[in-house]
Amino acid sequence: MDILSYSAVELATAIKEGKVTAVEAMEAVLARIDAKETDINAYVTIDKDAALKAAKEAQEKIEQGTLTGPLAGVPVAIKDNMCTEGMLTTCSSKILGNFIPTFSAEAVLNLEKAGAVIIGKTNMDEFAMGSTTETSAYGVTRNPWNTEHVPGGSSGGSAAAVAAQECFFALGSDTGGSIRQPASFCGVVGLKPTYGTVSRYGLVAYGSSLDQIGPLTKDVTDCATVMEIIASHDTKDSTSVKREDTDFTSALVEDVKGMKIGIPRDYFGEGLDPEVKAGVLAAAKALEEKGAIVEEFDLSLVEYAIPTYYTIAAAEASSNLERFDGIKYGYRTQGYEGLHNMYKKTRSEGFGPEVKRRIMLGSFVLSSGYYDAYYLKALKVKAMIKKAFDEAFAKYDMILGPVAPTTAPKLGESLSDPLKMYLGDIYTISVNLAGLPGISIPCGKDSKGLPIGLQLIADSFNEKKLIQAAYTYEKIRGDFRIED
Amino acid sequence: MANIISDETIEYVGILAKLELSDEEKEQAKKDMGSMLDYIDKLGELDTTGIEPMSHVFPVQNVFREDVVTNGDESEKTLRNAPGEKDNMFMVPKTFD
Amino acid sequence: MMAKQYETVIGLEVHVELATKTKIFCGCSTAFGGAPNTHTCPVCTGMPGSLPVLNKQVVNYAVAVGLATNCEITQYCKFDRKNYFYPDNPQNYQISQLYLPICRNGHVDIETADGKKSVGIHEIHMEEDAGKLIHDDWEDCSLVDYNRSGVPLIEIVSEPDMRSAEEVIAYLEKLRMTVQYLGASDCKLNEGSMRADVNLSVREVGAKEFGTRTEMKNLNSFRAITRAIENERERQIDLLESGQQVIQETRRWDDTKEYSYAMRSKEDAQDYRYFPDPDLVPVYISDEWLAEIKSRQPEFREEKMARYKEEYDIPEYDIGIITDTKHMADLFEETVAICGQPKKVSNWLMGETLRLLKEKNMDPEDIRFSPENLAKLIGLVDSKAINSSVAKEVFEVLFDKDIDPEKYVEEKGLKTVNDEGALRKTIEDVIAANPQSVEDYHNGKEKAIGFLVGQTMKAMKGKADPGMVNQILKGLL
Repeated sequence: MDILSYSAVELATAIKEGKVTAVEAMEAVLARIDAKETDINAYVTIDKDAALKAAKEAQEKIEQGTLTGPLAGVPVAIKDNMCTEGMLTTCSSKILGNFIPTFSAEAVLNLEKAGAVIIGKTNMDEFAMGSTTETSAYGVTRNPWNTEHVPGGSSGGSAAAVAAQECFFALGSDTGGSIRQPASFCGVVGLKPTYGTVSRYGLVAYGSSLDQIGPLTKDVTDCATVMEIIASHDTKDSTSVKREDTDFTSALVEDVKGMKIGIPRDYFGEGLDPEVKAGVLAAAKALEEKGAIVEEFDLSLVEYAIPTYYTIAAAEASSNLERFDGIKYGYRTQGYEGLHNMYKKTRSEGFGPEVKRRIMLGSFVLSSGYYDAYYLKALKVKAMIKKAFDEAFAKYDMILGPVAPTTAPKLGESLSDPLKMYLGDIYTISVNLAGLPGISIPCGKDSKGLPIGLQLIADSFNEKKLIQAAYTYEKIRGDFRIED
Repeated sequence: MANIISDETIEYVGILAKLELSDEEKEQAKKDMGSMLDYIDKLGELDTTGIEPMSHVFPVQNVFREDVVTNGDESEKTLRNAPGEKDNMFMVPKTFD
Repeated sequence: MMAKQYETVIGLEVHVELATKTKIFCGCSTAFGGAPNTHTCPVCTGMPGSLPVLNKQVVNYAVAVGLATNCEITQYCKFDRKNYFYPDNPQNYQISQLYLPICRNGHVDIETADGKKSVGIHEIHMEEDAGKLIHDDWEDCSLVDYNRSGVPLIEIVSEPDMRSAEEVIAYLEKLRMTVQYLGASDCKLNEGSMRADVNLSVREVGAKEFGTRTEMKNLNSFRAITRAIENERERQIDLLESGQQVIQETRRWDDTKEYSYAMRSKEDAQDYRYFPDPDLVPVYISDEWLAEIKSRQPEFREEKMARYKEEYDIPEYDIGIITDTKHMADLFEETVAICGQPKKVSNWLMGETLRLLKEKNMDPEDIRFSPENLAKLIGLVDSKAINSSVAKEVFEVLFDKDIDPEKYVEEKGLKTVNDEGALRKTIEDVIAANPQSVEDYHNGKEKAIGFLVGQTMKAMKGKADPGMVNQILKGLL
């Protein structure tokens, strides 16, 4: 069997059994990257020597028996907004083009402790602001299923790297759908955990109250395994939640009997591509046939999620990104006259158009005279949206719907009309607003051969339900990968 | 379009956000912000009387550190990425005269 | 025409650096005076990906100050971000409290020559301090040191209840004493651990509305505060008298030039875009927690003075001085607890201690000697192991270095010689060497004996008991 076709868990087993070494796995991945990157551009930074060295060290420890973690020796790709000590972390922005963190994100440390070996850093929309990975300062990433199409975003590099077998799994971050939507576009599994489940320490903040790190994997088993490793209570993150129920792999059970699944009618209305609709409903049908109780219901307030989200995310981002000022790290403009001119030139040259657009909007909605009308109003609507979900979860174990209204659009189609691009987030962002877990799993292809994503959403702290349903569905669906 | 963003507003927000936009960017920003605000105005349709604004989605409170020194001299790390440095300090344009 | 009479209206914003060991949101030391950036980490330098976690002790101190200033405690409070760009502020937002500050609606009672008065406290909030900017004239740039960045502060905002510099100073002294008694800060204006911004306006006597106010910053001493208040009052009155308007602005006081100037900038919009910090969770101070803090509140000065009057037989004036600072009062009480001699302890504090403080230009908080060592010194004098002049010498060393007086006296050989034989021998030598004085004494010149005692003490290097010398000398003569 070709090393690259292993899932992360399969590879870890093969390494443990001595069938493959961590070095061979890394070499295979690096060779694959050499072959694919010109087309895909999934990575911003790859340090081959460091990756091979780390793989070699891992292999030695595995042989000595000191490294026994569930992902020991497995090469992983990290989204470029997570700090990696000694390795460039750019957030795909010019303003952090030379930034080398002095510490690693808690999620990255957890992976390293479990034995995973970092290949490099994946491309993304600049500061995670975008849905296509086209706002990166380091070139677009292309969809491995069809390189004329986008991989989605903002974790497009991570999703594409998994789909193109340029890694065995990857970490992404999800503020409004940034794991689930690229997972959907690239035909891989992506999970956005309950807010507070994975530490945000070391994740370069976009919208702090919405950001969560999560896995992008080849299958649901990998997803549960990675989740088990990265979920941790971190005293360095005040919003980190102490959970006892993080044995996610225990939910890898093929059984949905009696599970109550609600399908929000509002998710299947105008704007949803008919092929996506058909794919998602077919998946619902398949679960129903396995014994799930599936029914339609009205989830209110769906249309208000996007304006709520963009107000809150932009406001938080405008503040979070103030620290990029040319003083402590990153890019500083060449010529300037005085302090404020230095700030302005550095930031105007360092940030791309989408980031500037959101900073401007965020600064405006927080400014004197507008705070109540925009920001405070959005926080109130957020409370209403949370309540709507609470009511739904009083009736259902989970909500089923599409991840995105369409499959991956062509490169260059989305950025011309920002508002239209924002509308593409309609099914994913309310999950972030309510702090809920959501999983994206491939459920077929459209007539262009592009993957369609199925989204399952559960109540807070109920990732296991999602994993169990997704695992069951995956068994029904069968293998899902790109035919080379 | 209901929200017309004036030149003064763009100028003012630029000062707050420390962004210097070209004339072309300013025109685009006026358009973009106007249409986003039109869209956000949709929230006005909802009656939010009596609803508590929700900043944190979970009612977590009282997360503290004990008052114990855990960090040593990390000045080398602090300054490692500095664009300008002198005498172990960050060099910045003169702040006032 | 009668000149108009003006009234000055003053409110203060007082920043106090709390005496925690670590910063408000990270485990870096708050120690003063480290080499640049040696007390820094990713959190207090705004590194991407870093996150704040609140130091619990900051809440304890803030509540304690609130209780001591008669405030209502906001049992459910939150932190907000105050957004503004400046190099001493590494995140370009300061974590502070706007919407739900930890304490509100308090008051502090002051007393001036004009009588007693209550000054309202609008609120007290917790926030983080900024780094330090140093101006480098050689390179025509500024340099930033983040050692102070993230040091916990409370900002105590008064109501505009003060009407004169005298009241302002009385208010500040009262605040300082209260906070020092709590051990919440050392409150040193010259080191910046207590800073006062003065909001001042003037209005015609009898007017109901307040005038337009200005905010004055960079006031590093009570003297600077007094001068700045007088100067700003004059400036505003001059403006009004000449038909101009006072502009609401922030002004910086230059103490050497004795004038203030406006800190105005087109780039300074003063629109801080406050919003709840999503990285920090709310603080809930339960009734139990509040009760616990209350139970730990110290005895404040008024109570202490009353108790001293009851317990110790020392003058009221001394009580006033000793209780003026908690440090001195603690030193007094602890020393008395060891040696049981309040009067003698008080004498050392009121006499030599105050003299040396004045001579060395120090504050009572700077006293470094321990109660144990002062008690030992008192014990040495009591047992006549040393005489009073040696005791004073030893005290000076004790004051500087907190030495163990017993060991010191032993090592330096300062003990009074009580060996009569040795003393008698020395005196005999002195008598032999000074026949003229002996003759003078026998001729009735009583003073001559003083000279002989002096010579003996000199020969004994001061280590003799003068009474004993006198006695032996008279006997021999």
